[in-house]
Formats: sequence, C-alpha cells, structure tokens
Amino acid sequence: MDFVNALILLLNYIFVPALAYGSQLALGAIFVTLIYGILRFANFATGDMMAFGTMCTILFTWYFQSVGISFGVLPTALIAIPFAIVFMISYMLVIDKFVFKYYRANKSPPVQLAMVSIGVMFVTQAVVRIIIGPSDRRFFDGEKFLIKAGEFKEITGLNEGLAIKSTQVITIIVTLILVSTLFWFLNKTKTGKSMRAYSDNEDLALLSGIDPKKIVMITWIIAGILATIGGTLYGLDKSYKPFTYFNNMLPIFAAAIVGGIGNPFGAFLGGYVIAFSEILLTYAYRKFFMYVLPESMEPDGLVQLLSTDYKFAVSFSILVIVLLYRPSGIFKGKVL
Amino acid sequence: MRKNLNVIAAYSIMMGLIILVGIFQSWNIALSIFNLCLISAVMTMGANIQWGYAGLINFGIMGFTALGGLAAVLISVDPVQEAWSAGGFNILSSFFLLIVVVLAVRYVLKNYKKSKNRSYIVATIIILGIIIIRFISEPGIEAIEEVNPAKTGFLGGLGLPIIFSWIIGALFAGGLAFVIGKVALGLRADYLAIATLLISEIVIAIIKHEDWLTRGVKNVIGLKRPAPYEVNLQQTDWFINLVEKFNLSKLNMIPDLAERQAALNQFVIEGSSIFVKLCYSGLFLVVVIILLILTQKALYSPWGRMMRAIRDNEEAANAMGKNVVKQHLLIFVLGSAIVGIAGAMLVTQDGLFTPGSYRPLRYTFLIWVMVIIGGSGNNFGAILGGFVVWFLWIEAAPIGLYLVNLTTAGLDDTHFLKVHLIESVPYFRFLMMGIGLLLIMRYRPKGILPEKIEIK
Repeated sequence: MDFVNALILLLNYIFVPALAYGSQLALGAIFVTLIYGILRFANFATGDMMAFGTMCTILFTWYFQSVGISFGVLPTALIAIPFAIVFMISYMLVIDKFVFKYYRANKSPPVQLAMVSIGVMFVTQAVVRIIIGPSDRRFFDGEKFLIKAGEFKEITGLNEGLAIKSTQVITIIVTLILVSTLFWFLNKTKTGKSMRAYSDNEDLALLSGIDPKKIVMITWIIAGILATIGGTLYGLDKSYKPFTYFNNMLPIFAAAIVGGIGNPFGAFLGGYVIAFSEILLTYAYRKFFMYVLPESMEPDGLVQLLSTDYKFAVSFSILVIVLLYRPSGIFKGKVL
Repeated sequence: MRKNLNVIAAYSIMMGLIILVGIFQSWNIALSIFNLCLISAVMTMGANIQWGYAGLINFGIMGFTALGGLAAVLISVDPVQEAWSAGGFNILSSFFLLIVVVLAVRYVLKNYKKSKNRSYIVATIIILGIIIIRFISEPGIEAIEEVNPAKTGFLGGLGLPIIFSWIIGALFAGGLAFVIGKVALGLRADYLAIATLLISEIVIAIIKHEDWLTRGVKNVIGLKRPAPYEVNLQQTDWFINLVEKFNLSKLNMIPDLAERQAALNQFVIEGSSIFVKLCYSGLFLVVVIILLILTQKALYSPWGRMMRAIRDNEEAANAMGKNVVKQHLLIFVLGSAIVGIAGAMLVTQDGLFTPGSYRPLRYTFLIWVMVIIGGSGNNFGAILGGFVVWFLWIEAAPIGLYLVNLTTAGLDDTHFLKVHLIESVPYFRFLMMGIGLLLIMRYRPKGILPEKIEIK
C-alpha cells in the first residue's frame, strides 16, 4: 500500500505537472525550431510573440464571456483560440513584411536577424503592455478539476490524493493532436516536404522549383498557430503575465537546443526533457522516502537536490552541458 | 577637426539635450540622467569591445553587471564578526574543497587519455564533491543566515573603501568571463548568444538565493559612499558659503532676513544633492575617459588590427598564424571586465544592491540597443549610444505622455481610450527602443557614428 501511495505522490507532484509544463514548452520549442530551420535565425521575440497570441485569446475570451457564449465545462478560451490565431498570424505576417523580409532578401547573416528580432521583441512587448497591461490576468473558466484530491482519496482509500486539473489534460491532449498533425503535415504533404527540403538546402530547393515566398508564409502561419496555442495553454494552466512569458523564452530556447535546433521532433522531446529535469531535481523527496523506506531509515531533511529557486538554473545547466558535449543536440539538428 | 565634425556635433546635441532637461525639469534630474549615461557608456564600451572589435555576441551582460555589484558589496560592507565565527570555518573549508575538486578534475583531464572511463571518473569526482561540499556548507550557511537576519544574516565584506570594488568588480567579471569563454566560445554566434544569456540567468539565480553571501532578495542597503553625504554637506560652512555665492543675485532680491535665510536653506538642500551627484559625475567621467583612451589605443594598435582581421575573416586570420581561440578568450574577458566595472559603479552610485532588480531587458538587451544604435566598432559611437538610449529611456515617459495628449486631444478626459493610454505611458519606452533599433538596423546598419578605420 505504501508503495502505491508513493507512486501516486510522484504522479501527483512530478509526473502530471511536468507533462503539462513540458507540453507547453514543447510547443514553444517547435516554434523556435521552425523559425530557426527555415528562416535561419534565433528568434528572441519568441516569448513576447506567445504573449501577444495569448493576449488575443484573452481579449476574445472576455468578449465571448460578456456576450454569454461559453463552452460548457471546457474553458471559453478554446473557442477563442481560432480567432486569436487569425490575429496572431496577421501580426506575424505584417512584421515579416516590414522587418524580416528585407534582411532575408539581402541574405544578412543570422546574427543580424537575431538583433532585428530583439527590436521586434521590444515592439511586441510594448504593444502587449499597452493593450492589456503588465499585470496578472486569469481567464480560465469552466470545470477546474478533472479529479479532485479528496474524491480520489475516497474512491481508492489511499492516503495520497491525486489531483488532475482539467487544464493539464487539455494541454496534453491539444499538444498531442497539434504535434501529430504537424508531423503528418511535414512528412506526408507536398508543402511540408518542400518546407523540409528548403530547410535542408535552400539552393537545391529553389532549383527544384519551390517557391520561397510560400514556404516563408506557411512557416509563419504554423508558427503563429503554435505560439498562440502554446501561450494560451500556459496561461490557462498557470496565469497570464507578459513578463513571465518573456522569461519563458529561456527554457524554451533550452528545450529547442537540447533537442537539436532545427529538428521539430527533437524540440518536442526537448520540452519534456527540460520540464522533467526541472521538476525532478527540485522536488523534495522526503515524503516519498517516508513511504518507501522502513521507519528507521526515514530521512531528516527535505531530500531536495536543489532548492526550487534554482528551477531555471537546472534547465540552463542542462543546456550548457548539452552544448558542450553534443552541440547539435540530442537529436541531430539543422534539418526539419 | 573636419573629419570629427559629426562626432562633435552628435555629442554637442546630446549635451545640449541634457542641459535642456536641467533648465526645464531640474538640474537634479539632468545630473542623474548624466551619471547613468556615463555608467551606460562604460557598459557599452565593454559590449563594443566584444561585438565591435571581435564580433562576439555576449548576451550575458546582466550577469557581469551583477557580479560587479556583488564586488561592491563584498568590498565595502563591514565584516559581520558573529557570522564569521558562526559559519566562517565551514564556508572556508567548502571553498577549499571546491578548489580541490576543480584541481582534481583538471588533473584527470590532463593526465588521462579521452575515454569513457575518464568521463565517468570526472563525473564521479564532481558529484561526490558537490555532495560533500553540501554536507559541510549547509550547517555553516544556516548558522550564518540565523545571525541577526533582519539586519545582516550574511558574511559581510571586507570593509574597504567602495572605490576598490571597481577594480575587484572587473576581476570578478573577468574571472567569470574566463570560465564561460573556456566553455562556450567555440559555439556558433547565435548559440553563444543564447548560452551567455542563460548563464547570466544562472548567475543572477545564485546571487538571488545564496543569502549567506549576498543577503539575496533582502537587499543590501546603505553602502558606503566615495562622495560626501548630503546631510553632512548641509552643515558645512564652506559649502553654505559656496551656495550663497552662487545664488547671490537671487538672494539679494529678498529683502527680509528671515525669508532670505529660508531661501538659502532651500538652496543648500538642493545644492547638496546636486553637489553629491557632481562628485559622482567626476568619478565616472574619469573612468570613462581612462577607458576611452585605453580602448582607442587598443583599436589602432597592431592588436586592434589583428582583432578586426579575425572578426572579418576568421579563417584567413587563422591561416596567417593568429591564435583565434586565444584572442577571442582575451577579448571576451576584457570586455566583460569593463562591464563588471560598470556594475560596481552602478551599485556605488545607488548605495544599495538589489539582486531582484537585475532583469535581462534592462541590463542586457538595452545595452545591446545602445551599442547598435550608437555604432558598433566605434568607441565614440558606443558611448554616444549609451547617452542617447538612456536619455530616451528616461525621457520616453514625458514624451509619450505629450504624444498621447496630442493624439487624443479631441477626446474627453474621461474617455476610456485616453485613460488607458495615459496609464500605459511607461511602456512607450519599449516601443521607442524597438522602433529605434529597427529603423537604425534598416537604414543605418552601422549606427549613428559608424566605424571608421583610418590607416595611418
């Protein structure tokens, strides 16, 4: 019985939250990796673009809520996402037309494009803060828990409760659907294949008649979808604050690079690697050992490898180690 | 003279703007802007050495700034005797152990051939070392943090004049840069950017949460000053006489003696804070000028030429027998050290160390905007960038307010759009920086004062 309790404990505090957080990171990381693979620069505006997409969702959610449209037990934000995506994509295409296109046409080095993306970062940040303000926003409605800790205890008769938030389940399901559609698109459709070809070798792709304008546009569209959904899921699960989104850019970068930048599947897994290691290393295992070990061997301290303050530091250290020993990432990068 | 006309013009306009602020807002504001401009200028010089001279991207400026600030604390604060006796031994012995671990790893790496076994041995040494160090340091840390936590709760510093920290800050930052450089400089440009950005976050996390060393988010306040205190100045005779002399014409217009005395007091209070700021300006100006002379000399020396050669064509420089790796490391360390000086200066001026205030936007990306807008590769350009961008960063709010009022003049004062826009005026500075950066990158990619290399 103690063993089951210990398992439920880990499931409740480590596995489920890490899976949800990892999915949110994974979407962002695929976004970074797509931009890197096809447009060939590190996009420092990632976090703020996600904040922009989420802001659109929130505004639509508020509108729907005021009109009285709701999605039953599911959060209203899910209906708002498609509308937000339209706004997000048009914002990205506008930015691409007025900012990035020029440098792409001039074949500027990636570093210059990265600098330009910092300009975009500042502008997006300003736009987001001017429209919705810097404060914390909650826009979740509908049923909050799928399984409540108390109910779970009652049903199973265990000491440990398992609480699963509906946002966690939504996050995981939406991520799986989105990512599998994306991989299907990249691997099976003609457009997807031409995107991969373009990412692999630009000149050869051009020679074989692939239209670069179309590729770039589709990349931004996919990126817009990923950013909006990823950002909204994060906001639903935790809360929406523009500054947090800016900070999230860092673990997202870490995930993308750990998985092998330019490789969407690597980025997808990288998100989970980062999320799990962050949570595994900063979790206090005291209670777990109390269940597993006999009473005489119970630990005194918290049995915490690192304090939770170093959550971010964990993912960055992993990144640094990966960069040193396997600069191309766990999965070889540079090819879509 | 003629060749430098644009430089002189740009700087005169900048000084003119600051003087205008002094006339229209107040000399206090103008001087505080000027002082921070000088500090920003030091930071941009550091970034410019790395980016402009050598083409290295360092997005870890925030980390080096914070280390400089840490140096200011560790140098100037008086040592906390009680804390030292409580946990000093444990900290020192774990520090000693840390050195042993590093040496052991180095020894293994040097004397054994690369193999799987070697990696395992290194990993074991590191993990064992960390565990032992944690066991030794934990009681010490707890003991230290329990010593009067409201006021100290940390080891304190050396109790030396804070000015020394400017040099120590440079050493700290240079040391960290050496380690990072050894590890990360082989990476491609954009990887280096991301890696340094993340490493600087780690540095901040450590500074924030190691309370025994830095007091963490509890902040260290009331650091010693290299300049006199306002309160003391207000009671010194020569200072009062000086203020009286300056404001004689204004004071003479007041016939009543009591009123005259009150006015004089007001002038003295204002004057004292201006005087203190002027002291700082003088100190900072000395640093900026010394650094400017050194960097200019370096730029035109054979070494500077070599750096540009490496920047422009690494392979060719390598083929000519230049040690690219070593030079990159050197310049990374030098640039970071300069940023460290700026970090110490910043804390010196503020008189307080607040680890929570180090944010990448303000201390990394803004500095980069300065370098790029000012003109990378040109020291005068980088300094100008520091001035222009900091000036705009501060004055953006008033300008934004003016613009909002202008564009929404037709609207009612309580109209929701106008109220909302006026509330969000502080964020117009982001917009200005972003658009400024984008415009400069597009239409003047080399900055306001572009790099000009004369061959003498």
